Amino acid sequence: MSSPLSTPGGRKRGRTTNPSTPSSEGPTSPPFQRRRGQDSSTGDLMPMPTSPPTDVLSPAAPLDNSLFSSPRPSVPPNEVDMSSPLMYGTPSSRVEGTPRSGVRGTPARQRPDLGSVSKAPQVDLQSEPPSADGAVASEANAGQRLVIWGTDVNVGTCKEKFQRFLQRFIDPSSSEDENTGLDLNEPLYMQKLEEISVVGDPVLNVNCLHVQSFDAELYRQLICYPQEVIPTFDMAVNELFFERFPDSILEYQIQVRPYNALKTRNMRNLNPEDIDQLITISGMVIRTSQLIPEMQEAFFQCQVCAFSTRVEVDRGRIAEPAVCRHCNTTHSLALVHNRSLFSDKQMIKIQESPDDMPAGQTPHTTVVYAHNDLVDKVQPGDRINITGVYRAVPMRANPRQSNVKSVYKTHIDVIHFRKTDEKRLHGLDDAEQKLFTEERVQTLKELAAKPDVYERLASALAPSIYEHEDIKKGILLQLFGGTRKDFSQTGRGNFRADVNILLCGDPGTSKSQLLQYVFNLVPRGQYTSGKGSSAVGLTAYVMKDPETRQLVLQTGALVLSDNGICCIDEFDKMSDSTRSVLHEVMEQQTLSIAKAGIICQLNARTSVLAAANPIESQWNPKKTTIENIQLPHTLLSRFDLIFLMLDPQDEAYDRRLAHHLVSLYYQSEEQLEEEFLDMAMLRDYIAYARTYINPKLSEEASQALIEAYVDMRKIGSGRGMVSAYPRQLESLIRLAEAHSKVRFSEKVETIDVEEAKRLHREALKQSATDPRTGFVDISILTTGMSATARKRREEVAQALKKVIQAKGKTPAMKYHTLLEDLRRQSETAITKEMFDEALRALSDEDYLTVTGKTVRLLA
Amino acid sequence: MPSTDDWLNNPLGVVEGMFAASQNTPNSGWAAKAVAFFKDRLKEKDAHTWVPSLNDVPLHYLKPNSLVKFRCFIQDMFDPEFYMGTYEAVDPSTKAKVLRCGKYKDVTECGVDFNSRSTMTAERHTFYCVPIPGESPWVKEGYAGSSQARVVPSTSYAPTRQKRSYEEDDDDMDTDTQPQKQREPHTGPHSPTEPHGNGDCKRREKEAPSSQAASASHLDLNFPLPGEKGPSCLLKVYEEWDGFKLNEAVEVFGILSVSPALSALADEDASSSLLDPAGGMETAEEQRVHSPPASLVPRLHMLHAKPLPHNNPLLPAAGLEDNNSAFLSSTLREMAAVRAELLAYFTHVLLGDALAAEYLILHLVSNVYTRRDVLPLGKFTLNLSGCPAVASFTERFYQIIQQLVPSSYYLGMTLQNMNQMRLVPKKDYVANRLLSGALQLATNTSLFLDESQLEQGQLDTTGVRNVTALGNLISWQKVDYDFSYHQMEFPCNINVLIASEGRSLLPSDCQIHLQSQVAPPDLEAYLGGIQVHPQASQLNKFRMYLSVARQLDYSIADEVTKSVEDDFVDMRKDDPQSISAEDLHRMLVVARLLSLSLGQTSLSRDSWLRAKHVEMLRRSRMEQNKCVNGNEP
Repeated sequence: MSSPLSTPGGRKRGRTTNPSTPSSEGPTSPPFQRRRGQDSSTGDLMPMPTSPPTDVLSPAAPLDNSLFSSPRPSVPPNEVDMSSPLMYGTPSSRVEGTPRSGVRGTPARQRPDLGSVSKAPQVDLQSEPPSADGAVASEANAGQRLVIWGTDVNVGTCKEKFQRFLQRFIDPSSSEDENTGLDLNEPLYMQKLEEISVVGDPVLNVNCLHVQSFDAELYRQLICYPQEVIPTFDMAVNELFFERFPDSILEYQIQVRPYNALKTRNMRNLNPEDIDQLITISGMVIRTSQLIPEMQEAFFQCQVCAFSTRVEVDRGRIAEPAVCRHCNTTHSLALVHNRSLFSDKQMIKIQESPDDMPAGQTPHTTVVYAHNDLVDKVQPGDRINITGVYRAVPMRANPRQSNVKSVYKTHIDVIHFRKTDEKRLHGLDDAEQKLFTEERVQTLKELAAKPDVYERLASALAPSIYEHEDIKKGILLQLFGGTRKDFSQTGRGNFRADVNILLCGDPGTSKSQLLQYVFNLVPRGQYTSGKGSSAVGLTAYVMKDPETRQLVLQTGALVLSDNGICCIDEFDKMSDSTRSVLHEVMEQQTLSIAKAGIICQLNARTSVLAAANPIESQWNPKKTTIENIQLPHTLLSRFDLIFLMLDPQDEAYDRRLAHHLVSLYYQSEEQLEEEFLDMAMLRDYIAYARTYINPKLSEEASQALIEAYVDMRKIGSGRGMVSAYPRQLESLIRLAEAHSKVRFSEKVETIDVEEAKRLHREALKQSATDPRTGFVDISILTTGMSATARKRREEVAQALKKVIQAKGKTPAMKYHTLLEDLRRQSETAITKEMFDEALRALSDEDYLTVTGKTVRLLA
Repeated sequence: MPSTDDWLNNPLGVVEGMFAASQNTPNSGWAAKAVAFFKDRLKEKDAHTWVPSLNDVPLHYLKPNSLVKFRCFIQDMFDPEFYMGTYEAVDPSTKAKVLRCGKYKDVTECGVDFNSRSTMTAERHTFYCVPIPGESPWVKEGYAGSSQARVVPSTSYAPTRQKRSYEEDDDDMDTDTQPQKQREPHTGPHSPTEPHGNGDCKRREKEAPSSQAASASHLDLNFPLPGEKGPSCLLKVYEEWDGFKLNEAVEVFGILSVSPALSALADEDASSSLLDPAGGMETAEEQRVHSPPASLVPRLHMLHAKPLPHNNPLLPAAGLEDNNSAFLSSTLREMAAVRAELLAYFTHVLLGDALAAEYLILHLVSNVYTRRDVLPLGKFTLNLSGCPAVASFTERFYQIIQQLVPSSYYLGMTLQNMNQMRLVPKKDYVANRLLSGALQLATNTSLFLDESQLEQGQLDTTGVRNVTALGNLISWQKVDYDFSYHQMEFPCNINVLIASEGRSLLPSDCQIHLQSQVAPPDLEAYLGGIQVHPQASQLNKFRMYLSVARQLDYSIADEVTKSVEDDFVDMRKDDPQSISAEDLHRMLVVARLLSLSLGQTSLSRDSWLRAKHVEMLRRSRMEQNKCVNGNEP
């Protein structure tokens, strides 16, 4: 295990200068002994020196080079006074005795996240550069002027500042979810300390922004020298904590975990200047390794005299003692594994999240090491923000080779994880952690205040598609969605807040283009084609994970578009079994899965935007919607709006269309941009409205809705048909809510209801008009058959019954003769289909049965 | 100033000289100067032809650390690297400390002082580059032929060896009807005059072509298309890496690094990873991919790169914009004439069908020139239905297209291919790289889908996904790369030509049914005769014509706009069913391509009428065909 380059002998030489001053508590702390990475002359694997920009900050920069080249005696880690309470991070300081309370009694826990247990000597700013005997480092009385070697951090001041921060910092405007239950007008972190004393979880998460607003200098030091500053913070916190709660017992000393350093950085922006600094980046976990036990302290025992000694790991290496100190036998020490100390470590790979990436490039990945209790905190697929120290180590030097690969390996030692999609797991709202800047919100609000915002947004939607204003408006309302209501307490469960839309019409009316546009617009959209999807592709399937060999649930398009929009093209070409899974999704908004031993119900709160072609490729105006697209009415009634996209066939329209299309082919990009709101704006607008606006029905609006519904019912009642069902009322409510969201209004007003009514009526007019009578008839959509058609069927059945009864007591009849008889009797032409339907109706009544070509009477 | 030989053979010396000179003056910006120096050198007339190319010179003939060029395709982008930009090393002879420059190098010199304050860390990016997928043999030969690089290693190797006459190629084609095999580049010195290199190289050379499967399992070079050969390289980019995009075709000038130390280090790392905790972050798989042996995948440290807008060796390399007006105007004048010749040739190839030939030309000059929200404009996917199922017509047809376009790929839509091939690139998280797929192609690659190969059977999950990917490619000109946890959309610009018997199951912008003027009994004989090639000079004219037509700018004047609109309204008035918005879209594209194919850069009334006429002919033929077949939708 011994490294050829780090000779323990060299260290021993420096032992004579070792400070063993007993320490005293307080701001004038004894030298905090840590060695910063750079100072070692032995380092072949040390952290890389940072580039000049950071070094400029360091007062130690002008130190002469002789310091580094000569084998400088350094402080051997083991020889420091063990009784010092400030012996931070050395496992040897573990005191086994009880009672375990107070800062002395509580064992410190190593922080592998901050590098090895190496200690940095302090240097006196005013004094000459430290001479080779290193005496300066031991001068405890140098006090305030002492800084940690290589930095401008003075332990005492730093500690004091941080304690002041903890005691005084108040953030009345805090809106963080983890601060709920805390009194915002009291010092925030003192309350957190109190929490620690109650809960016993010795971790204090500190928001760097708070530090920055409290003391910018302290913040700068924290960012630049995390390796030195954070342990200082730890000390400060522990002193403070045990002063306040002297009786509390913790498993180990409190560790400070800062997060939210700088502004959250993109992985792509990391550069060499960030090395050894505290950074926060966001990304997605793609791989996690198994747990790696990493040796922290090796236990050696002499084979001759059983004398034991402990050696700490120094930057991944253990210096094996060559000589037993007790009996002076050489090479007699053997490593005893089960008495050595190990800590947990895990390698995690993070990939840039897709939203942060420039187009046309592949995502970058970064290696992250998690230590101790951060191990197994995240799983592949999680989107996280991590705060940690960025590290670079040279590629391992080969002792047999003089050349070295001139590349460093980089990784991040994680200090704090924060899942960005955590909310999504238990919250209802979309975790679009999109933070809008003040100006952006302002522009959005200005836009919302415009009287024609609805029209503007609608026309900004898919500008390359011409006209179809109402359809675009419908889709716009779908993008905004209704307000979520929870009736689970009254047993009704969730109400669907998402609007479903079906577009049907002639091929080539840019339906697919519209779908594609919507899919590109919304953050969580899925696009599938009915032809290419199977039921499992839409829902979820169980597969064997190739790595772990375990069954895992792979989610399909509907689940993936939870809280988004699922665009399904060629809806009519979907197989029946596939379509049937949509029934549950489109009303209950859940997906139940029972396969391969996995039984579960997944959320699928998705809006469905579907497009269907008529069965005869061209829309037949003489037929109803159902007949044209051949979809089950049970499914159709789940769509709030069904639009027909037909060629309007009028000259003025043609001219405008032609102009629009031709301009598409010669206008430059800029010319078009001017005319419309850009996609980013629209996206932000929708995201803002979806996150922040939750309109409620006003009194007048409810009245208007009731009236609208009653009116709709009335239309049909005159002719003995039902023209509206409660589902339509729900649709109206959703649309009205969505419309008020468009206006950024917290209240649904009458105008919203008016627009909802208008749009609903337009859609109905297009899709639920009975081609035979010209009336709007909702039963076409709800029962698949217009009321007149149903009445007619009834009539034919009655006539047939009469014919049969007229025949007297004949138990069996020929099919053909019966048809002939009926045709003779009836004044209207009877088709074979009508006859079949009548027969079916009668057999439903148990009046007769049809077997092959004979009709038998029952009774 | 360094002489020519210096900057060609010892570019590192030049760089180091500049570095050393800058030491006394801080902030001298020597790095920018060095890049500018090479750029200037290469700008000189023909200077770029002196640089040997990795594409046509075998790796072992190239001197390490010399300047080479590589015509390549960015297949994957690796994570950025931090390296020692400057470092201090101890000179072994004088024992003095010297400041060294680590730029453009993989390996540092001995005696590095890691603790030196003057060490500066810098960032560079690594791209994995492969030769342009599907590059036609004539392009390779064209470039190789124009090369004036004096590659004079210790052997008597002559760079002229690449000259192969087209007749030779023709012979190949007659005997060999397998386009997959045909596409294998004719690089590599197989001629008997081949000099005897050292034994090691020789052995590798023999191994590489013969045991392809074996070498693939050993090291997958990750070419997008199966059966591809050629060097791949790790391109180290030092500045402006954000300008590069995945799937971009570039010509890179850089310093070749094949230091055996690289592979040795990799081995060392792999074996010691158990002991070294820092080594544990990379799996063995990842190691293999990210640091392959330099003898197989050389490193190339980029000094200068230029995008390849056309990859046609017959055109001026600079592209059309750069004041090549003389060239442009002369070509434009000839275009109509060349077009007539090409039309005649295609008519002959397409069994005497002039209309289909017309559409084929339009297809071959099409190009996605812009995107309007999600809609790609200018694409023209052609479905050539009614291809005779005899005598491997489609394959011969593909070979003819391959002779004309710079890069192309033949994808037989057999059930096996559809169910087993990886079309869509997929991220392999274990090895941390993007596994390539057949749809990862460079701009303006011709993708030939042979649907006549389709047989009855069932598509499995992969098959369905592949067909969907093809559909997306055709409709939206984009490919959704599979990143396991999410998909990422990469726009592309691929000319898709579908040859089928009936109407294709894939969408297309335009379908034309082939009407053979040849009686079926004579078909075999006729097809055999198709292979009679035009003259090499004529072929070159065709090649130039297609590439130029694709590059032209295009506009529509206001008057013409008006008349187009009027036309549309009139047509709708007569019979609204006859023309839809989609038809107008198509007619506008046809008019555009027709104008461009005639060398006109703006739409004239005549071209519009001609486009209308052509479209009408096509539509009436479709009607006809519908009546004949009945079952055609």
